[in-house]
Amino acid sequence: MTDLLVPPDENSLAEAVRAAAAAREPLAIEGHGTRRASLRPVQAARTLSTRGLSGITLYRPAEMVLSARAGTPMPEIAAALAEHRQMLPAEPPDFSALFGAALPPTLGGMVAANLSGPRRIGPGGALRDQVLGVRAVTGDGAVIRSGGRVHKNVTGLDLCKLLAGSHGTLGVLTEITLKLAPRPEDSLSLAVRVADLAAGVRALSAGLGSPFGVSGAALLPGGAPELGLDGPAALLRLEDFSPFLPHRAGALRGILAAHGAVSMVEGEASLVLWRAVRDAAPLEAAADQAVWRLSVRPTAAPAVARALEEAFGARLLLDWGGGLVWAAGPALEAAHRAVMAAARAARGTFTLFRAPDSLRAAVPVVPEEPAALAAIGVRVKAAMDPLGILNPGRLRA
Amino acid sequence: MIELPSPNPAVLARRAEIVEALRKLVPDTPLGHGVIGDEIRLKAYETDGLSAYRQPPLAVVLPTGTAQVAAVLRYCHENGIRVVPRGAGTSLSGGALPLADAVVIGLMRMNRILEIDTDNRLAVVEAGVTNIGITQAVAEEGFFYAPDPSSQLACMIGGNVMMNSGGAHCLKYGVTANNLLGVTFVTIEGEVIEIGGGHLDAAGYDWLGLITGSEGQLGLVTEVTVRILRAAEGARAMLAAFRSNEVAGQAVDAIIGSGIIPVALEFMDRPAIHACEAFAHAGYPLDAEAMLIIEVEGNAEEQDALLGKLREICARFDPISLRVAETAEESLAIWKGRKGAFGAVGRISPDYLCMDGTIPTGELPHVLRRIGEMSDSYGLQVANIFHAGDGNLHPLIMFDANDPESFRKAEAFGADILKLCVEVGGCLTGEHGVGVEKRDLMGVQFTREELDRQRAIKSAFDPAWLLNPAKVFPLDGLPAAARAAA
Repeated sequence: MTDLLVPPDENSLAEAVRAAAAAREPLAIEGHGTRRASLRPVQAARTLSTRGLSGITLYRPAEMVLSARAGTPMPEIAAALAEHRQMLPAEPPDFSALFGAALPPTLGGMVAANLSGPRRIGPGGALRDQVLGVRAVTGDGAVIRSGGRVHKNVTGLDLCKLLAGSHGTLGVLTEITLKLAPRPEDSLSLAVRVADLAAGVRALSAGLGSPFGVSGAALLPGGAPELGLDGPAALLRLEDFSPFLPHRAGALRGILAAHGAVSMVEGEASLVLWRAVRDAAPLEAAADQAVWRLSVRPTAAPAVARALEEAFGARLLLDWGGGLVWAAGPALEAAHRAVMAAARAARGTFTLFRAPDSLRAAVPVVPEEPAALAAIGVRVKAAMDPLGILNPGRLRA
Repeated sequence: MIELPSPNPAVLARRAEIVEALRKLVPDTPLGHGVIGDEIRLKAYETDGLSAYRQPPLAVVLPTGTAQVAAVLRYCHENGIRVVPRGAGTSLSGGALPLADAVVIGLMRMNRILEIDTDNRLAVVEAGVTNIGITQAVAEEGFFYAPDPSSQLACMIGGNVMMNSGGAHCLKYGVTANNLLGVTFVTIEGEVIEIGGGHLDAAGYDWLGLITGSEGQLGLVTEVTVRILRAAEGARAMLAAFRSNEVAGQAVDAIIGSGIIPVALEFMDRPAIHACEAFAHAGYPLDAEAMLIIEVEGNAEEQDALLGKLREICARFDPISLRVAETAEESLAIWKGRKGAFGAVGRISPDYLCMDGTIPTGELPHVLRRIGEMSDSYGLQVANIFHAGDGNLHPLIMFDANDPESFRKAEAFGADILKLCVEVGGCLTGEHGVGVEKRDLMGVQFTREELDRQRAIKSAFDPAWLLNPAKVFPLDGLPAAARAAA
């Protein structure tokens, strides 16, 4: 473990960054460090954590807006929203179990990685879509803002989106303002027993192509034995006001019946199921295994899955209508090469999401960019972090 | 008036040679000339939706594909010639306003639908396809493309990407950025880069998110992969009229607080109601101070249930009238006035400026009161139309373009409104973009440090500042490269 800096506020955080910049000392950037075993290991003697910057700073339920400091634990935000029957539409996952981390993820960490759950399939369903504004400290220690606290804003370049998903390499997020949504009054799931993954994706596509507002569409290759589903099962979630659900479930069932036997999962069982999908729990990745996330066109997913099963006997979980492929397997370069090849063949993308340091240091953890884009990336990095001290090497060598 | 940079005399002097070189890159087609260089035809490109500003360009090129766009950009880059991208020219902020020494790259010949994939709920189209053209191409399958700017019959998806366009229905379905999967991006050096594709989310930096809404500052987009959505079973609207802006604002809060997200929630003030009613005869209540149009989606029973709840909520605020459409035709009648709002205001005033700030929704009564006071002191009428659910305010300031003093006052009035939007916690532009119109107000919303950081990112893509110059960023404080280009 490296030296840990935990500044108590934005000013001291900016000061710490300026001091590190003056000394040309790289900093590893984290919140609670939940996903320290993700992407490439950062070579830095010191770690700067945002965990000292905690707390909700603004919550206007009637405007569906919340601001919180970057180090605020996600459960604290969820609890505040639950009081007003609201939610973060992206359904951000909690990967602390997947990473064996003791502390829950922080808001800053989630936004810096742009991590979204099953509701990602809806329009505007990514966490980055719901970031209305940010405050951040650049690599030379300047405090900047982008966006604001209003829902519609096209003023200037959208640095919110640039920073969301930049994994702390362009700036240290200090405060984030999010768009909220009302929490649906009720939800239920339909489970379709399907012959294989290709049939499963077809069932999900049929559901997502229906007008009934499917808000979750996942595929469990091993089913859900606790619900009596022992083979591949396609899961579709409906959420809305309670009185609307019986009719919609009936109509959706009619569409899905052509794809396999349909059963209904209601109440708490449905909620538990989607929390598990959200957190990639059904993947049951063993502690020594590597975990990959691939994003492809849903109809390309079955071929990706087959390739990974053949290459290294991957354990799989599909979400986002099939387009998000979770894979677990041996933490070997050969397995990683198979993931890269499958993503390329499907014209999609991949992330080495969890692995021992040795593998993460040895391979590209995200796809290489074309040379012209990589050159722009180097210049953008220099614009935001001129001395290259923020999370060096986190995304690319 | 907003200052535009003086043209580069060296580029102007080479005009004939440049036009000739461009003709080799973009040959004529059976549809017409690939390059427009004569003064009469160039007049057609001298302005956009911000028609108070006019300037014919050096030349216009109308490429038919990505390779031609790349070739033109490469040529302009090598020769230090400025470039102004243009879709349909509907920008209300002057985003497509030419410069005398700039080449306009028009996208209208690039209007093919390349792929429709309903299984994966996406379509790949060229940048010159109109917004409505996408929905028309997928409607038979029951799908639609969600963002619906008022100009959707004309405006092109490439322009929508560049401005991150919104529309009346983005409360539920989001703006352009929320409905994109990928773009074919061409840099000023003429490099063609595929960003995103058919999948969700990037593994590295979110270039797609940065490019969306970048107003042509970073590069051009020639092909776009959009998400298409299955249309709801049906939609129906209701109208609620109130005695004051305050009360209508409270009703909006109560609606949002109820857990219902309508697909549209539009607010009109008294002058807007009167202008629209005189124009469209939609049966709007002329004794009301404020009016809401609320639209919900679902099957017939769901619409009934939602409209019933909304009626109950509105009834708590002492409404003057509540009218729930029973049929699709009655819904259309309710929308008729609102959809014709721009034409309606155009009928009572020779000219108007359409402003576009966003405010926290709770600030609406306060902001409308202040706008009323400004209207009195400037002696100019204003009608307010407001996407109430998301806080996007469109004051229409009426003036007479034949009277320079009236135009000057209208611009000053508009600037004061936008400063007020920032003051109450909002922003300068919700969906029209900064363009030239709001360029000089950027310092109201951003610090010098923040603007410098945005300019540095622009420089990372466009080191010589050749792309859509004199837009978005105030002319003072430009980096040396940009000043040299000016």
